[in-house]
Amino acid sequence: MATFTLPKNSTVGEGRTYPAPAGAKNVKAFKIYRWDPDGGANPRTDTYEIDLDQCGPMVLDALIKIKNEVDTTLTFRRSCREGICGSCAMNIDGLNTLACLKPIEEVTGDVRISPLPHMPVVKDLVPDLNQIYAQLRSVEPWLKSDTPPPPDGERLQSKEERAKLDGLWECILCFCCSTACPSYWWNGDRYLGPAVLLQAYRWIADSRDEATGERLDALEDPFKLYRCHTIMNCTRTCPKGLNPAQAIGEIKKLMVERQG
Amino acid sequence: MSKITDAREALMVGRRSDGSLVRRPLSPHLQVYDMLQMSSALSITHRITGALWSIGMVFLVWWLVAAAAGESAYNGAMWFFGSFIGVLGLMGLTAVAWYHTLAGIRHLYWDSGRGFEIPTMYLTGRAVLIGTAALTALTWLIMLITWI
Repeated sequence: MATFTLPKNSTVGEGRTYPAPAGAKNVKAFKIYRWDPDGGANPRTDTYEIDLDQCGPMVLDALIKIKNEVDTTLTFRRSCREGICGSCAMNIDGLNTLACLKPIEEVTGDVRISPLPHMPVVKDLVPDLNQIYAQLRSVEPWLKSDTPPPPDGERLQSKEERAKLDGLWECILCFCCSTACPSYWWNGDRYLGPAVLLQAYRWIADSRDEATGERLDALEDPFKLYRCHTIMNCTRTCPKGLNPAQAIGEIKKLMVERQG
Repeated sequence: MSKITDAREALMVGRRSDGSLVRRPLSPHLQVYDMLQMSSALSITHRITGALWSIGMVFLVWWLVAAAAGESAYNGAMWFFGSFIGVLGLMGLTAVAWYHTLAGIRHLYWDSGRGFEIPTMYLTGRAVLIGTAALTALTWLIMLITWI
């Protein structure tokens, strides 16, 4: 159901301000969404003033600096700090992206940071991704084949067959795209969302996979696939430059083509 | 009979450090997302113009019914459509119809599997906006020349 406002317990209030250290010249304010399950209060926005001369270039550098030096209670996911693990996906300056790939200097004015949109919040910038992981599991993202592999080697692909997977295998499952999609916000209980549909297409497009028909059958559903209205927020926001909207378009095309 | 609820409800319940249950907040969406970016802005405009066009059809029906009902009813309808509000409304409806048509063609292009690249998306999006303005102006220019 589409509810455009936030529930009563989710409205965001003003929080504390942590001023920049004295003598700082190059100050930028980071306005960060905070919610603590132990506090019992509504979420709030805390403001951290950071001296950029003493900070790395990316938004993740600032978050780590805040956690190390200003406020150790700030909670967020991060791991590789180079855009390959997908952990630090969050909403920065109105768009979903990876904090480690987002240069602070690209943001004009204050840097507003909140968790991936329309998700249950575990704490601060950490959303609960269980629903989306369950949806990923539901498209069975692995090779399905009745033909056994050749006894003396691997299942081979031509260069052209392999090229079809480019732009699909690079997905790191950060879910920036799915949580940027208004359709997924309103119907995420039944609509699979761009990230999961891109994964579904990754196996449909794989020449070694023999379950294409079965996979399309599973997606032939007014909600799972067809809640995509080509809004294009997914492709616009993908920090890896992939095109989930196109992958969904290809699935829709296959649906029509197989009807003859 | 059980009520159909949102499966995501189950994940709205979390635990505090002491193990007791707590209702989790929903992270902000429309409140923080850049909804004025071309992708979602043109999409919602497509929906709104679709709804407005449907409402506009009521006026067409009114005009037809008035024409069938007789002279005085027809004169009443024509007075309304000729009034400032009426002309403004018709002009708006023309823009709405052109936008919805052009954006619809854009959707058909996507349905053919093309135009998904971001630069193309911006290009076709701008074409829809400029096309709407140009075709609305052209429509009214032709109408005014024919009438006056």
